[in-house]
Amino acid sequence: MILRVGIDIGSTTVKVVVLDEDNKLLFRSYERHYSKARERACETLRSIEDMLKGRDVRLVVTGSAGLGVAKTAGLDFVQEVYATAAAVNTYIPDTDAVIELGGEDAKIIFFGGALEERMNGSCAGGTGAFIDQMATLMNVTVNELDELSLKHEKIYPIASRCGVFAKSDIQPILNQGGRKEDVAASIFQAVVDQTVAGLTQGRELKGKLVFLGGPLHFLMGLRERFVDTLQLDEDHAVFPEDGDCFAAMGAALCASDYEARPFDDLLRLLEESRAATSVVDTMPPLFENQADYDAFTARHNASTPPQLDIHTYEGDAYLGIDAGSTTTKIVLIAPDGGLLYDYYHSNLGNPVAIVLEQLKEIYKLCGNRIHIKGSAVTGYGEDLIKNAFSCDLGLVETVAHYRAAAHFNPDVDFIIDIGGQDMKCFKIRNGAVDSIMLNEACSSGCGSFIETFAKALGYDIADFAKLGLFTRKPVNLGSRCTVFMNSSVKQAQKDGASVEDISAGLSISIVKNAIYKVIRAASADDLGQHIVVQGGTFHNDAVLRAFEQELGREVTRPTIAGIMGAFGAALAARDLKLEQSSLLGETALQSFTHTAKPVTCNLCTNHCSLTVNSFDGGRRFISGNRCSRPLGKEKAELPNLMRYKYHSLRTTYSGKGQGDGSRGRIGIPFGLNMYENLPFWFGFFTALNFEVVLSPESSRKLYIKGQRTIPSDTVCYPAKLLHGHVEALVEMGVDAIWYPCMSYNNDEGIGDNHYNCPVVAYYPELLAANVPSLKTTRFLNPYVGLWRRKDFTKRIVKMMEQEFSIPWKETRAAVDNAYDEYHSYIWDVHTMGQQYIDHAREHGLPIVVVCGRPYHIDPEINHGIDELLTSFGFVVLTEDALSYREGYAPRKVLNQWTFQSRMYNAARYVCTQPDMQVVQLVSFGCGTDAITTDEMRSILEQGGKLYTQLKIDDISNLGAVKIRIRSLMAAMEERKRREH
Amino acid sequence: MAELKYDKDGRLLFTKEMKEEYTILMPQMLPVHFGMFRQLLVLEGYKVDMLTTNHRGIVDEGLKYVHNDTCYPALLVIGQLIDAIKHGGYDPHKVALFITQTGGGCRASNYIHLLRKALEKAGLEFVPVISVNLSGLEKNPGFSLTLSLVRKLIYAMLYGDLLVNAANQVRPYELTPGDTDKMLDGWQSRLIDGFQAGKGMSRKQMRRNFDAILADFETIPVSHEEKVRVGVVGEIYVKFSPLGNNNLEDFLLSEGAEPVVPGLTDFMIFKIFNREVDVNIYGGLWAKKKFCQLFKGYIEACQRDMIAALKKTRFQAPGTFENMHRLVQGYLGDGNKMGEGWLLTGEMLELIHSGVPNIVCTQPFGCLPNHIVGKGMIRKLKDDYPYSNIVAIDYDPGATKINQENRIKLMLANAKALAKQEKELAGSGV
Repeated sequence: MILRVGIDIGSTTVKVVVLDEDNKLLFRSYERHYSKARERACETLRSIEDMLKGRDVRLVVTGSAGLGVAKTAGLDFVQEVYATAAAVNTYIPDTDAVIELGGEDAKIIFFGGALEERMNGSCAGGTGAFIDQMATLMNVTVNELDELSLKHEKIYPIASRCGVFAKSDIQPILNQGGRKEDVAASIFQAVVDQTVAGLTQGRELKGKLVFLGGPLHFLMGLRERFVDTLQLDEDHAVFPEDGDCFAAMGAALCASDYEARPFDDLLRLLEESRAATSVVDTMPPLFENQADYDAFTARHNASTPPQLDIHTYEGDAYLGIDAGSTTTKIVLIAPDGGLLYDYYHSNLGNPVAIVLEQLKEIYKLCGNRIHIKGSAVTGYGEDLIKNAFSCDLGLVETVAHYRAAAHFNPDVDFIIDIGGQDMKCFKIRNGAVDSIMLNEACSSGCGSFIETFAKALGYDIADFAKLGLFTRKPVNLGSRCTVFMNSSVKQAQKDGASVEDISAGLSISIVKNAIYKVIRAASADDLGQHIVVQGGTFHNDAVLRAFEQELGREVTRPTIAGIMGAFGAALAARDLKLEQSSLLGETALQSFTHTAKPVTCNLCTNHCSLTVNSFDGGRRFISGNRCSRPLGKEKAELPNLMRYKYHSLRTTYSGKGQGDGSRGRIGIPFGLNMYENLPFWFGFFTALNFEVVLSPESSRKLYIKGQRTIPSDTVCYPAKLLHGHVEALVEMGVDAIWYPCMSYNNDEGIGDNHYNCPVVAYYPELLAANVPSLKTTRFLNPYVGLWRRKDFTKRIVKMMEQEFSIPWKETRAAVDNAYDEYHSYIWDVHTMGQQYIDHAREHGLPIVVVCGRPYHIDPEINHGIDELLTSFGFVVLTEDALSYREGYAPRKVLNQWTFQSRMYNAARYVCTQPDMQVVQLVSFGCGTDAITTDEMRSILEQGGKLYTQLKIDDISNLGAVKIRIRSLMAAMEERKRREH
Repeated sequence: MAELKYDKDGRLLFTKEMKEEYTILMPQMLPVHFGMFRQLLVLEGYKVDMLTTNHRGIVDEGLKYVHNDTCYPALLVIGQLIDAIKHGGYDPHKVALFITQTGGGCRASNYIHLLRKALEKAGLEFVPVISVNLSGLEKNPGFSLTLSLVRKLIYAMLYGDLLVNAANQVRPYELTPGDTDKMLDGWQSRLIDGFQAGKGMSRKQMRRNFDAILADFETIPVSHEEKVRVGVVGEIYVKFSPLGNNNLEDFLLSEGAEPVVPGLTDFMIFKIFNREVDVNIYGGLWAKKKFCQLFKGYIEACQRDMIAALKKTRFQAPGTFENMHRLVQGYLGDGNKMGEGWLLTGEMLELIHSGVPNIVCTQPFGCLPNHIVGKGMIRKLKDDYPYSNIVAIDYDPGATKINQENRIKLMLANAKALAKQEKELAGSGV
């Protein structure tokens, strides 16, 4: 009898199985390898030497990390999805589909009909690594996360596309007091959504489903989410006993096709391949020697505040709290900035409890000697902590950091702060904050990324960072989004890089990310002469050194780099010059209680997920709201052109209009360029006696409805929403759906050309090919162009005659009506824009011009940013209300898309108006904005304006948006102050 | 030393003096075609170097000077050019750059502007950039695409397609490694020499050359083992350029597959056809349409010659542009023209119809047109052709080779399984 051995080497685990001739499992093991995959496999094989020694066996390797191992060792290899399919075919033959989640891969296999096997693309979202990362973030083990999830009450929407995104979704929920149980279940739900959306790509998941892989094997909560979401019963959801080892079993089955070799030879091959390392792309070392390092630390340790003894100090003191995303920082300072007390700790998902405990401790230490005369709080949890403990002041992080930096280096002209989750940098010009750059959602999470990585490799973060200091050849891991580094690291390991090389490489990568991706600097001079670096991540000497090396210049890192936000807050509290702080006193803390309850606000269609925090004495704090209505106040009704346009489009342009609707009901999906062209088509079709039926308002539910037919998960959210829109129209039973393809937009004479972007232009064709239900209706998506009226008329006359047998005279008249409707809509937008400007000027209100595309006025796309802006006291205008006020001007980029040209023109106009600012909305995945953002920034900065960009995706993270808007406001105030 | 001169919009010009003094650097997209293009330019009196560098430094330079969310090809091409100026041993004051300019609705039309922005950022704003385009977009006194040069370039393209097509069908099977490439090199020189002597640039002479080339390639000793044929389609740069696609063709060869890469001629015809279609859909000058039709007709005739030549041999011949256009009906409209437009889907269809259902669809991460014409059409192709087996691979600075290779390996494993399944079904008479 020849035994078959299957070894599955994944990104985090090694699975080994032995099968006999009847495909019976003789041995199985499942172990984490901590990136020492081959060694682990050898150990396992040696542990079963008794069974295999001296025999001929057939051995096959599989798995994402197995490829490299098999190659260097000269062993046979099969692709892991293929192996899994083989195992399922053998053990559960009547399976319809398989879902397998691994460490960094997600796979799906469809049986029945033609075999279809697919795995996730280059993104590690929605996999085991993602779950690990989330558990780390919540400071629980994966098993605890699982247990928590089973006790959930509600599910929050969380993006799992990328771990970094999810982090920015989860953090605000946790910081604002959301229940851990609910967050845990939401994380699993995100994985399910990602798998279903990302992998099925239009093929329906039905029949008997088999779930495989480590996470699905061990995590009951994850199983539950899958079963619930796909509405499966016990017979149709199969979780096989050895589901975590199926790929290895498949490899063993496939081994039948390969030659048998003596086991001892095979083991020797595997063991000896250890020495073989191939070339890795490396970089110069961080430090040449210990002396180098010592000089470096001595230089940086010079920037330090005076250390005072809290046990003996007598006098006034000021409290600063930085309730950051992952950590809470607290300092108590004397009036001269001397440090009495400092605290830096992971907030364990509950910043309130941490601050409470710390305040008690501080009061105890203060006794009667020290009087706290002011308190200020900054950071993500600012609102919550301020309300919970009655702090005197809340200030935006950027301002807090500047205050602290200026304390150590009054000449500071550039500050960069890399914290656990986010990166902030800004320039200082004439003593004021200028050009704020926050990391875009896709590269945030830098600090915690190293930490997660350290843990994954089995190290403590501090030890891990030190490992890289003296390595001779740090590995070059590239500088893209940190999540993609997972696979870069995997590749480096495969190529034989050591943990030391990887540690140094990660530090360098994060620095490169900061400099080239966030700051987008080409040289050190782009930043400044006096750079202060701060944030917990810069405590990592490797990161700091890499930063100096990359810039080729020395920077200042205060010894309290990790608590600069809190330090700055304390300085701000001091400058309030209060007689008495309103901070809760020692006795009040004794009776302090805090409960958080999740509720859904039903006051409008936004349906915000609110968290109601109740404190003792009836104090309440509600978070997660976008407007003030759930707080019991009326919505602030400042002029808001985004809302006006949206409302106007939804209410004016549907129904029968002036016609009688006798020709039937024509459905129009309310998305993408229809936000511009709807008035046109409404005028056209109602004149032809069609009733125009709009798809429902966008919502997350509508998105989920169409999610499974989205073929490309990296396309922008506004496009993805269209799937739900057309499905809804089909359900509404319209007679036909009208959604024409338009390569060209209107020619407004303000650009070098007048294209639409490829996605807007051709999405109708993608829908036709991917949404099955469109086959049951008349989906009309012809190519049209509206900018040559005569040619358009000719063409549409023919089309209407062919499609609906409409006489040419009628169509001609309808075309006239269409252009009239469109022009009156545009005129209306221009007029309202002027009215709003007048209103603002009458009342002395600042104006924000939100520059985006027409469809960015959809509340599901902008997540209520417009209302957030009005709640901060801005009058909101849109780019199309102003763009016509400027003519054509040559640009440094090819100015060839109409919607984008409008933004350039609006920005140019804003530069001429002292009371206007621009906020640019950018949808994640929008390719054209890679071009426009730089150009917008340069137009505005040359015009002496601030540039603020808000990146938006399918999930709302208003916390980050708030920081940006408040930073903008602080900068505006600073400028005003300077001018006076 | 040539003086720096600017046009009225402040664009730095490439002057006649520069033609004498400067070395022009050009990126490489298709090794064979661009190699011949380079030689043709040299014969016109330009000093031209084609960049064949391929190392991590290129990506790093690109990341430094180009917005990181811009498409990967822009990042690579610009990174490669800047890397060459800085580290290629050139005098930065004596180099100019070639870059193509298409002018469609996708981001690629911005390459030249992004390149200029990058040069400025790198402190190299004194380096002139020469636009290579057929639309008369930007003109330079020191460089012109004369009719005779354009003609030579078009013939070079046709020969390039034929050479690559033949070579791809021989290389996986050659008994003596290197035979095919030796043959390729030999023919490239012979053709260029011919061009110089005014030979090979009529349809009649081309037909003769085609036969001679193919006859030569047929003499290379080959094995007769059966290999999986794998189609490669995608965004034009990552489809063709080894720098862009992490040496995809080499990888497919090492996996025992035969790469089938549709050529450049279809793309050329496609771009001309688009202008004709624009007039059809949106209106415009009849004369423009007529001119495009004539131009297109000529290249199509040349393409038919190539197909006819291949059909006379044991080599597989590609289909005509017209045929591809027919196949794509019901998938995408003629108006779908940005990037590779409907041509990309058309190429996949043609591959499936010519017995190559296993396809790698390459695209830069986040490529806008490919959301529609690449990934967006795979579902429908799978529905219509259940045995099609298409894997979409994203390329970007962060994507790792191991990830890409593993997915291609899955596609190859699938290819075997599907072939088996199909055979079994055929055997059971279902």
